Amino acid sequence: MDFNLTPEQGMLQDSLRKFLSKEYGFESRRARAASPEGFSRETWAQLAELGLLGIAIPEDDGGLGGDAFDTMVVMEALGRALVVEPYVSTVVLGGGTLAAAGSASQKEAWLPAIVGGEKLMAFAHGEPRSRYALAHVETTAKRDGTGWKLDGKKAVVRDAPSADAILVSARTAGGAQDEGGISLFLVDAKAKGVSMRGYATQDGGRAAEVSLSGVAVGADSLVGAADGAFPILERTVDRGIAALCAEALGIIDALNEATLEYLKTRQQFGQPIGRFQALQHRMVDMTIRAVETRSMAIVAAAGANHPDQAQRRRMVSAAKAHIGQGARYVGQQAVQLHGGIGVTDELIVSHWFKRLAILNATFGDAEHHLGLFSDRLLGEKA
Amino acid sequence: MDLEFTAAEQAFRQEVHAYIAKSLPAEISAKVHGGKRLGREDYMRWHRTLAKQGWVAPGWPTEFGGPGWTAVQQQIFDEECAAAGAPRILPFGVKMVAPVIMRFGNAAQKQHFLPRILSGEDWWCQGYSEPGAGSDLASLKTKAVRRGDHYIVNGQKTWNTLGQFADWIFVLARTATEGRPQEGISFLLVDMKTPGITVRPIRMLDGEHEINEVWFEDVKVPVANLVGEENKGWTCAKFLLGHERTGIAGVGACKRELKRLKEIARMEPGGGGRPLIEDTRFRDRIAQVEIDLMALEFTNLRVLSAEGEGKRAPGPEASILKVRGTEIQQALSELMMQAVGVYGIPYVPEALDAGWTGEGVGADYAAPLSGHYFNMRKTSIYGGSNEIQKNIVAQLSLGL
Ligand SMILES: Cc1cc2nc3c(=O)[nH]c(=O)nc-3n(C[C@H](O)[C@H](O)[C@H](O)COP(=O)(O)OP(=O)(O)OC[C@H]3O[C@@H](n4cnc5c(N)ncnc54)[C@H](O)[C@@H]3O)c2cc1C
Repeated sequence: MDFNLTPEQGMLQDSLRKFLSKEYGFESRRARAASPEGFSRETWAQLAELGLLGIAIPEDDGGLGGDAFDTMVVMEALGRALVVEPYVSTVVLGGGTLAAAGSASQKEAWLPAIVGGEKLMAFAHGEPRSRYALAHVETTAKRDGTGWKLDGKKAVVRDAPSADAILVSARTAGGAQDEGGISLFLVDAKAKGVSMRGYATQDGGRAAEVSLSGVAVGADSLVGAADGAFPILERTVDRGIAALCAEALGIIDALNEATLEYLKTRQQFGQPIGRFQALQHRMVDMTIRAVETRSMAIVAAAGANHPDQAQRRRMVSAAKAHIGQGARYVGQQAVQLHGGIGVTDELIVSHWFKRLAILNATFGDAEHHLGLFSDRLLGEKA
Repeated sequence: MDLEFTAAEQAFRQEVHAYIAKSLPAEISAKVHGGKRLGREDYMRWHRTLAKQGWVAPGWPTEFGGPGWTAVQQQIFDEECAAAGAPRILPFGVKMVAPVIMRFGNAAQKQHFLPRILSGEDWWCQGYSEPGAGSDLASLKTKAVRRGDHYIVNGQKTWNTLGQFADWIFVLARTATEGRPQEGISFLLVDMKTPGITVRPIRMLDGEHEINEVWFEDVKVPVANLVGEENKGWTCAKFLLGHERTGIAGVGACKRELKRLKEIARMEPGGGGRPLIEDTRFRDRIAQVEIDLMALEFTNLRVLSAEGEGKRAPGPEASILKVRGTEIQQALSELMMQAVGVYGIPYVPEALDAGWTGEGVGADYAAPLSGHYFNMRKTSIYGGSNEIQKNIVAQLSLGL
């Protein structure tokens, strides 16, 4: 066992933290989120220059060939700064999926452009009626000459309004709930028949309801085998969950630091409120959550790297459930211990709190993953 | 022991129910049920309607225009109003400043202010908290210096709820600095139109404008607007904080929210193409809140009946009801956001305006839910934070 960062990871962490603390103050984050696109292209180019966009992309495809632990280091720092640029959508979900399952020509066309910061992606899988069920796909793709025609609706597609290409899952065989019969397509965001209802998100990001009506795509837009995309989607989502777990870790640590500082400085009844034992114990419980969150973020990353599907899913669900619960506790209590100022938009605390709530609702909340984990127990041998 | 309401109470419920059904404007109840924004006029319209009926101040003694209801009747009224989707009667006038004026005010103050509170002519807000004085309210610094027939008030109040609409504010201000901090505080009634008052909005975490900073710069307040004695304002403040117990638990509002949660869980897709309510894991969580709410409801009724029978004035019970009531409101709001899954993610503030006809995102009922969950975090902070409530129980009731 070795829980240490490699020297390279340590350097990555340092340089990213420095960059963000210099360039990404809360007020500048607010300005980015309020800008027309909801993030800064300039920052994106800087992240490319720092080499961050290629971390999880294989060296052969122009990246750095890192794994989920490298992504964890990045996401932890992005979480703390509440970065709104589309890192997870473009790099972790988009790039990661193409690197793992794309054809040679898809990789060639997209991966270097992602690494270079020239292209943005979005991942459109969930649907209005699917809740968190990964196999629930009602969007259809029908063969159309040599290519396909896509019809359907995708729900809350993060970063879709600025994406150049969208990964779209669609049913090519079977019933709406079947794992078999799902295919994955790489769709040009400007293709005819793609329309979007874009909007801001509760955590300062952007997303869209994406409608596909008779969207014609060529045979070369299929990612992986026809009817066989479910395992690819699972891996993509697991990679995404591991990234979000690390992001939650960065936020939880930041919230705890801010709250601890507040307990030491806020005076009521002639003393710092941190003198009150009720609050001391609360702060300790929050710290326990943070310590365990780090452990579980590591479990999630290890899970995302794991070759065995069952192990991978088990570890990832455990982490998402545990971190979701911890995030809820820490977020709520950080607000509580700040008193009135905690429920204002002015302080970053409420923004961290809201981001944690949205992370919980993404790729299955704590209860959903507790359920997945629990259902697995039935299959265990006595 | 008998858990049933008496025949008279049941008849009373029917009377209230029928009246509200007939009098509450449908567009207002639609806003409340749909989680839409309420404007000043929505609150005022309902206030005036109830005032005409003589029901706007259920807790007031009849001599001042109250209906003379028992505590249990008041509870029934609260529940019926909440269930019907009535806007709450804002507490600052009716439930906060009015009882103080009745108890400590002089005849002129009673005569002038009470009828205007009842009719809704004056909208009141509360000026207690300051940036440096929240839980430790007695450390407040806003100063009132006597000059002839006036006090000159300087200082800053904050977290002032709906002060942007207010005509009057009741203020705790320091009139002396000797002795214990509690000893030099006075209770003043201040016209919001007085020169020198500035109201600045504070944006809350859900993006809404509900609270304000209120700045006082050489504000002249007639000495006639002092309630009770100079330097004895803390007595008024304490009286006010401990006064209004019916409604503190928010049982009526919780019941309405529980009903809404169940409706949403029936409409939302759960796993396998079945409605969410059929997911036992989620349903168990609804059941748990409903059981907790039942415990709260009967605790509340026990407290109210004891009060009605004139047994000792409830002390720690008010704190217990506040803590549990807010925890349940928060749990309900959390479950509602959770119920809509990824549709808790979009932020579409336009959708909170009744009559907005743009293209919504997801189901109509989803739009307000995340903001509501975020907003409800306030309930364990305001009105004496839940930590402070527990301190009160520990000290006053348990003798720790
Ligand atoms: C939405 C909203 C509306 C409000 N409306 C009004 C209004 O209209 N008028 C008005 O005057 N005020 C209003 N308030 C103010 C409210 O009463 C105060 O926020 C509250 O008293 C807490 O004070 P504070 O915010 O300064 O927090 P602090 O008192 O600084 O408390 C910070 C944290 O420390 C804890 N704490 C403090 N002392 C102790 C202790 N001794 N033991 C254990 N824990 C402790 C608190 O519980 C809290 O968690 C409103 C507040 C909110 C959030």
